[in-house]
Amino acid sequence: MQSARLPPVPLDGLDERFSRLVDVPREAESGAAPDRVSTWHILDNGDRLAELGVKPAGTILCVHGNPTWSYLWRRLVSAATEMAATGAGSAAGTEAWRVIAVDQLEMGFSERTGRTRTLADRVLDLSGLTDELQLAGPVVTFGHDWGGVVSLGWALAHPELLAGVMLLNTAVHQPADTAIPAPLRLALNPALLKASTVTSPAFLETTLALAHPPLTRAVKDGYRAPYRSAARRGGIGGFVADIPVGPEHESHAALEKIAGGLRELTVPSLFLWGPSDPIFGDRYLDDLIDRMPHADVHRFEGAGHLIAEDVDYAQAALGWLASRVQPRSDPAEVAAPGQTTSVTSAEYRPLWHFLDELEDSVETALIEMRPATGARPLQVSWQLLSRRVREIAAGLVRIGVRPGDRVSLLVPPGADLTAVLYACVRVGAIVVVADAGLGLKGLSRAVRGAQADYVIGRLPGLTAARALGWPGRAISTARLPAAVARTLGVSWSLGELARLGQDTPLPPEPRPTQAAALLFTSGSTGPAKGVVYTHGQLAAVARALSRQYGVGPGTGLVAGFAPFALLGPALGTTSVTPDMDVTAPATLTATAVADAVRVARASVVFLSPAALVNVDATKAALTDSDREALAGVRIFLSAGAPVSEHLLARAAALMPNAQAHTPYGMTEGLLLTDIDLDEIRQTVPVVGTPSGVCVGRPAAGSRVLVSALDDVGDAVGSPSDTPDVTGEIVVSAPHIKDHYDRLYLTDRQALRGTGVTGADGARRWHRTGDVGHLDDVGRLWVEGRMVHLIRTPAGVITPVGPELQSERVSRVARAAAVGVGPAGTQQLVIVVETSPASRRVRLAEHTLAAEVRAAVDAPVAAVIVVPRLPTDIRHNSKIDRAGLADWATGILSGGRMGKP
Amino acid sequence: MKVLVTGASGFLGSTVATALVAAGHRVRTLQRGPSKVAGVKDVLGSLLDPEAVSCAVAGMDGVVHLAAKVSLAGPAAEFDAVNVEGTRALLTAATAAKVSRFVYVSSPSVAHSGDSIMGDDAGPADPVHARGNYARTKAEAELLALAADSAEFQVVAIRPHLVWGPGDTQLVERIVERARGRRLPLLGHGAALIDTTYIDNAVGALTAALENIDRVHGAAYVVTNGEPRPVAELLAGICRAAGVQPPTWRVPAGLARGAGSLIEQLWQSTGGKDEPPMTRFLAEQLSTAHWFDQRRTRRDLDWHPSVSLDEGLARLAASYGAA
Repeated sequence: MQSARLPPVPLDGLDERFSRLVDVPREAESGAAPDRVSTWHILDNGDRLAELGVKPAGTILCVHGNPTWSYLWRRLVSAATEMAATGAGSAAGTEAWRVIAVDQLEMGFSERTGRTRTLADRVLDLSGLTDELQLAGPVVTFGHDWGGVVSLGWALAHPELLAGVMLLNTAVHQPADTAIPAPLRLALNPALLKASTVTSPAFLETTLALAHPPLTRAVKDGYRAPYRSAARRGGIGGFVADIPVGPEHESHAALEKIAGGLRELTVPSLFLWGPSDPIFGDRYLDDLIDRMPHADVHRFEGAGHLIAEDVDYAQAALGWLASRVQPRSDPAEVAAPGQTTSVTSAEYRPLWHFLDELEDSVETALIEMRPATGARPLQVSWQLLSRRVREIAAGLVRIGVRPGDRVSLLVPPGADLTAVLYACVRVGAIVVVADAGLGLKGLSRAVRGAQADYVIGRLPGLTAARALGWPGRAISTARLPAAVARTLGVSWSLGELARLGQDTPLPPEPRPTQAAALLFTSGSTGPAKGVVYTHGQLAAVARALSRQYGVGPGTGLVAGFAPFALLGPALGTTSVTPDMDVTAPATLTATAVADAVRVARASVVFLSPAALVNVDATKAALTDSDREALAGVRIFLSAGAPVSEHLLARAAALMPNAQAHTPYGMTEGLLLTDIDLDEIRQTVPVVGTPSGVCVGRPAAGSRVLVSALDDVGDAVGSPSDTPDVTGEIVVSAPHIKDHYDRLYLTDRQALRGTGVTGADGARRWHRTGDVGHLDDVGRLWVEGRMVHLIRTPAGVITPVGPELQSERVSRVARAAAVGVGPAGTQQLVIVVETSPASRRVRLAEHTLAAEVRAAVDAPVAAVIVVPRLPTDIRHNSKIDRAGLADWATGILSGGRMGKP
Repeated sequence: MKVLVTGASGFLGSTVATALVAAGHRVRTLQRGPSKVAGVKDVLGSLLDPEAVSCAVAGMDGVVHLAAKVSLAGPAAEFDAVNVEGTRALLTAATAAKVSRFVYVSSPSVAHSGDSIMGDDAGPADPVHARGNYARTKAEAELLALAADSAEFQVVAIRPHLVWGPGDTQLVERIVERARGRRLPLLGHGAALIDTTYIDNAVGALTAALENIDRVHGAAYVVTNGEPRPVAELLAGICRAAGVQPPTWRVPAGLARGAGSLIEQLWQSTGGKDEPPMTRFLAEQLSTAHWFDQRRTRRDLDWHPSVSLDEGLARLAASYGAA
């Protein structure tokens, strides 16, 4: 027995004025004499708020896990207090929160009573404490690790006080069919338990080693402070021993009761998650979301178990409380992702409606120029495609796929992908489409994060899925030999699914507001983000394409740009996949395009810019007959990234009767503006200083506004269509995304300040992260990315202007403008590829530097020549300016002159 | 106002004194030899001569203190005597004489421990980590000066970085001389960004500090052109202005630092009188970035550089052309 005490001072980051001890009378049935008390150590900013004269909006009740203590919550206590102090002085009246962070009994600096505590005891203990503190509502609980379970137990026991729940990595349920995490299994081994948790600090030290980046010594010492001796670590062992490893465990029933109770919990909820957690990985998050589907979720890519140390969880939590638990006036700020979906359009037609209408048609729906199964093009009729989709869909239902299940598609574009995709969406499953162009690492991160329930793939995809431990039950496109199937854990092939689905009726159609697809962003500007589209929104994408480019039934469409290719059947077109390695668009040849056009009698061609470069480069191989086929193309589209005027012009020359278009869009909104070659030519100024790339006028019902930048480069202006104002591009369209997947904070950022009134009330808006301006005829000019702004002492510079200006120097082939130094005092640096290319990295010689400086309308600190500018692998055209800025900073600080 | 300029025989000191005279101030100077500045009254003497110092400060409203031992090498005791004790004596005398404004001309090296500086604002002077005797003693003296700041005796520290211009015998002449003798190598790849101060801008900032001292006293400010450039471009620009071939040969920066250290020691032990051809300090200066956040300086001093780098180089070229 050791009594509670105050922590030693100082401990890094902990303000000792928040520490206090609280005596709580013990429950009579605990066996102790009724006059005994248990003493708790808690952090509490209540007194400080009273001193400030602030009446809190409510209390955040924080419960740490094992083997930490209230020190885990120090930043939240400080941040909430600071916010109250700032708010007290301002007229805005920021709401203040009292924060109470407890040290559970036997833990931290609370009393060592010598008793073994079960989960039920711990919930009761906490209730005793809150009774003693006479805690009045509203209360929002906040728990981490096993403290998450205790906090939820308290939450369920106090519905009258409860206003919300927040969780950092935690788990409430151990699925029967999966093993408990290895680190815990080890600690739970009876022979090791005491040695690893109590006698030695091994469990504590292992936990402290989980931070990203590693904790400083001072913070580690903070965590170690209450657990300096074996006598003080008894609680750590007791906590581990209380993990209910099976139904026979005494805490199992209590855990099941809490886990089950969550399904009834309807208060606002926030899960902040660090996915790099060897203990509570993504599947536990998935389980929590399944129980509490209304919860707001943010996964911090790169953070782990000690998420409270890895990221600024305190600001995230306080921001969430302000918007969700204390609703303010701005409706856009509080609208939940997925709940802002506008009324379903009367024009809504499900993605598969042509498959139903044309189910007896022998016309061609799909052509795959180089199918996996043979050398001759594979042609699939509407009749066949329709039946295949129906059978696979029914088969999916037969094997247990339910609406809302996630199905990851690791299938290259072609007939199989199309059939599987339409089958999945037909039964209400959410298709997860991550481009192999993300690279294996990016793809792996994306697929893991999406927590798919099923994976459908070809042998290479499934092998990768197995090797990298991607979640989901496996389905192969082709029938695999039994041994291979077993090794890869493959349960079914598509053929088997189709057989299972023969003569099986289909379930009711999903509603337009249900999620249909999860598409991943390119990852060229940070980790790939999952973007959720509903059925209504995907149907709107198809409608937008049809409207903008006149594509529909009877149109032959060469689908060289994946996102649009998948929509072929929804548009009623005959879509043809050209012979190319889709993971490397630069492999598409001019001959392959001509072949595809000829076979499908295509009048529309969709390509990506990287493909365009190679098509142009291989045009010498075109025969007269190829050229004749290409002359039949009416519309030609380069989509996915900006493309230069002369490249577009050269490609257009191959299709002399085609209008060349290039749309502006992104994964979150695939078709926002459009411009054709003639207009591009008009917008390239002959003289003067270009400040951006014109991407045309809003397309297909899109609206485009600009949120003006302030002096330091923050987009603070109300979205407006005032011409010549530079700011963040803000878009709205029926076909923009619904929300980001499990990225609550990113969602908020994308919706920030887009509160709209009047006729726009039903519109959904999206902050693109791109920066640009509108001109006086309503055309949009893109000037770069918000994250690539150069913040100089003289003001903010958008990168595209100086790049275009530099490219006017004859020897400069391509330029990138980046900032080096701290924001606000950054220097503009121009990095150039020359023609002919330099063989090494060097400073530009005097004349080149002088020419670039003369061409750019802002002071240039340095001009660096590189053999090649780094671009992202998918588009092979977007320059990684952030990486380039880091690299330039290294060189210009006197570091090694390496390649970028 | 009546202003004492110490060290007015130097490049910056004489230009400051000239500018103050032109602005209508009554200027007195203090240094060992004649200042050769028209319109000023010279007091000849050393900072370590109490009589000369009290005679120089008598009746003055302001002091601009530039006198210092500026060198890349030499015995530590000499730096301490002139830079630290000399400043202490001047501060004492100025306080006694009821001088109300004191501009201490310092150097960014007082807060520099050898790492690259990329857009930092002026940090506190740090004699412990400063590199070399000059920086160390200037740091100690700056601390002394700022500690003497009060409402009645207002002190500000101004740290111009690498002042150059026509007539500069320190930086420009050394570069040109070495380049002419093919003794000027580029250290490393020459890409480190360095910010410099054209003479007129340094003078402008010092006079602004003297005039606006009631707003800025008690603080230290780095002053530059606010136009960082790769060191190779700067050296080449100065060489071109002087009509000599810019440096073309390179020495790895690490090697130069090591060699600088060695040469410095040998030079001292063999009794070299002048400066060694390379010191570790100089090697660091020429191979790591040195540029500064000028926003606070410009806002507080209400001053903006009037001559750009390119204009400065053009004026330098004109001065060489005339000569």
